[in-house]
Order: sequence, then structure tokens, then C-alpha cells
Amino acid sequence: MGSFSLHASCLAKHNLPWSNGCSQNLNSLRIPALRGPGFLSRKASKILAFYGLKSPPYALDALEPYMSKRLLETHWGEHHHGYVEGLNKQLEKNDILYSYTLDELVKVTYNNGNPLPEFNNAAQVWNHDFFWESMQPGGGGMPELGLLQQIEKDFGSFTNFKEKFIEASLSLFGSGWVWLVLKRQEKRLEVVKTSNAVNPIAWDDIPLMSLDTWEHAYYQDYKHDRGKYVNAFMNHLVSWHVVTARIIRAEAFVNLGEPKIPVA
Amino acid sequence: MALRTIVSRKTLAALGSGLRAEARLAASRGLVTFSLPDLPYDYGALEPAISAEIMQLHHQKHHQTYVTNYNKALEQLEDAMAKGDALAVVKLQSAIKFNGGGHINHSIFWKNLSPIREGGGEPPKGSLGWAIDTDLGSMEALVQRMNAEGAALQGSGWVWLGLDKDFKKLVVETTANQDPLVTKGANLVPLIGIDVWEHAYYLQYKNVKPDYLKNIWKVINWKYASEVYEKECH
Repeated sequence: MGSFSLHASCLAKHNLPWSNGCSQNLNSLRIPALRGPGFLSRKASKILAFYGLKSPPYALDALEPYMSKRLLETHWGEHHHGYVEGLNKQLEKNDILYSYTLDELVKVTYNNGNPLPEFNNAAQVWNHDFFWESMQPGGGGMPELGLLQQIEKDFGSFTNFKEKFIEASLSLFGSGWVWLVLKRQEKRLEVVKTSNAVNPIAWDDIPLMSLDTWEHAYYQDYKHDRGKYVNAFMNHLVSWHVVTARIIRAEAFVNLGEPKIPVA
Repeated sequence: MALRTIVSRKTLAALGSGLRAEARLAASRGLVTFSLPDLPYDYGALEPAISAEIMQLHHQKHHQTYVTNYNKALEQLEDAMAKGDALAVVKLQSAIKFNGGGHINHSIFWKNLSPIREGGGEPPKGSLGWAIDTDLGSMEALVQRMNAEGAALQGSGWVWLGLDKDFKKLVVETTANQDPLVTKGANLVPLIGIDVWEHAYYLQYKNVKPDYLKNIWKVINWKYASEVYEKECH
């Protein structure tokens, strides 16, 4: 999630956790010069960015008419972009946090429910990367095979799951996200609502698909009508292919049951 | 705090025939329902600070939905209480807080705004003006502080200028979602509330919340705020 680019000259300026807080050690390490002379000099250029704005895996007009190009330009180009810039600005000032991956950063800054100031930006960058990838042009329809079986096992039927998801989206008060998650401990699928930027990876569950229910996610196209937006998402946008890929990966970490090996 | 709601009593005659005995009993006891208050100005009267499109949607759709759902939740509460269903009563609290809060907050908000030709944006004279200078430094400082807190608020919520009626001091507070100002202190009286939910500005300002906050002061109705202040602080 997000690209990680570290301008190496910052090594000279900042105290890294393993360096005993003493930059003298680094200068004596004989790190080979990756650029011209004076590479590690303290006058070297400042950090440019830690995270980049990842593009959705489709053109901005590809989700029309269910999610307009105009909405995506604002949602991705302004909101998501703003979170990335905000996060980069915060990380410039914080030595410890920039050594984490985005996943780790979200969990660490969540701080068990007492979030640090960087959490909002970090989590929203993660959340939006995940959300764009949860959709596709020509999405909607139904999942198949193993994923469908798992949904039927945990919700009774696909229709039941869909109703639960829609109900959760409509009853979420304020800003937030609705998720289909794989609960790691309980080893089952569940529909989960979170507020603002909160994300189920914070308590170690595995998200499979999400819907942004912040008003900025639908207002330009659907105005106050969140119900219409949710239906458009379920019927035309959600990418069951991606959810399938995600649950396949999740099964490497969560044992969802014995494989059905036919007896000879 | 003057909360101008138009209430009506449901009569037995208005109820359909398919009601359960408990609901009929509740109605005969007089379940008070709420309805959407009228705006004291046209939808377009606050232009260009707030567009007519936003005002109409905000009033007719968002506020109306809070009223409708508040009434529904109160009916369900009445039911649950009559049946002695403790769990159901507790489960309804978040819907009541959210929808009831939404109704209360928006009812104040419409009175916090007024068209420029009717005095919108004119700073307060008299005791509220002095109190702002004494408690918060200056009008500029107040505006800057409320704008900063409003811009920094994550998610949905409100930013308030309130009066602590015990200490007779002005305070600036924020609340999340539709929490009324009293959730930050039982002795707090709301004078000015600014809605920073995205629906309050999105169609006009998109993600540039600071511009909305800068412009809304041009239509803030300080007359109403002064009235409330003087009533509490005479």
C-alpha cells in the first residue's frame, strides 16, 4: 500500500533506532556513495516524500455512471492526495515513525484506541488505497466458488450478507467505513462498521472489501442519498475478483477448515 | 436556550387500525412528535456564502431525516419502556442521541444564520461583544480559533461558541457527529454552532473546508447569539 521512497541523505541527519542515537557512528560506516561527492554531507537535500499517491487500478472515468470522473477527481485527487501530503509532512518531523511500512504505521499510530496525531492521515491513505482496489468497472454481481461458499456459511446466504452490508452502511452515524472482514480469531467473515479513519487491521483482523461512507465519497453524485450510493456500489462496483484474491491470501494466515480431499 | 419546535400530538383518530394495544396506549398518553422547523429566510438568501442548493438539501433532506428518524426512535422507545424491555431501551440510546442531536443542532443552526441585508455578519454590540473581548481576546481571535478547530476536526461534527453559565465565561468547543454541546458540559449553552459535516459545504466548497469557514462568518446572526447570552447572563 503506497510507495515508500526514502531520500538516503536523511540517514546522516536523523538518529536511527539502531544507531544508539549517535550520528557519528553512521559517518564512520563507509556507506558507499550512491550519488556524487558530499553525498552524506549535512548540507544534502531534505527528504522529499515517504509515501506516494497510488493511482486506482482504472481510469478516473472508468466507473461511470456509478461513480463519476468528477467525483473521483475530487475524492482521489484532493482528499486522498491531501492525506498523503499530510502524512508526509508529519513524518518529516518524526524520526521513529518513518521506518515503518504503511500497515505497521497504521497499527502503531492507532495505539490501541488512543490514536497518535499521525493515525488519521496514515489510516486514510491505507483506507483509500484499499477502497479503490475494492472496486472495478463492471463490478457487482456475485462472488463464486470458495468465496461464495464461505459467505453462505457465515451469513446464511449471499442475499443475507448483502442486506447486512447495506444496513450497516445506512446505520453508520457520521463518517466512517463499512468492511467485509475475515475475523482472525473467530475464523469467520463479518460485516464491520468503523468510524472516521479506523481500520480493522488495527486489531489484527483481515479486511477483504470496504465501502467509504464519508459524505465526500458520494455527495457529488448522490447528494444526501446514501442508500442509492450503497446499492450502486453493491450492484455495479464491488470487485469480487479482488475479494477472492484477498481471501486466498488470507487463508495463508487463517485456517478456514479442512480441505475436502476425496477418499479413494 | 430557545428551541423553537413545532410539536403536535398524535390522536387516536390519526392512527391506523393495525396498531398493537401498547402503541395505542402510548399514543393516548400523548406521544409528542417533532417536525421540521421553517427557515426564517429563503434558501437563496445566504448566497454567496452558502448556496441555495446546499440550504435546500440541508434543510429538506438532512434535517428532515433527523426529525423523521428521531420520531421513529422515540416511538420505539415508548414501546420498549411500556414493555419493560431494558435492553431495547438501552439499544435505542445511540439512535436517539444521533437523530435527536441532529434535530436540536440544526434547529439552532438555522437561527445562527441570517441574510446580510438582515444583519448577518454584523458583529455583536453590547454585553456579548465585551464578553468576547474579555474571555477570548477579540472577535478576530474567536473567528481564528473556531476556524482552526473546525478545520482540524476529523470526520463529522460541529464547532461551537458556548457559554458556561455557571462561570459566566465564553468557551469554544467541538463535538463529534451530532452530539449536542451539553455532551461537553451540562452547564454549556450553545450561542453559535457551525456545522462542519461535509454535507454543510461540499457542493460549493468541495474539500476546501477552510474557505467555507472563512465565508460563513459573513452570514452569522449575532443578534440571536446576543439574545441567548443576555438571557443567561442578565
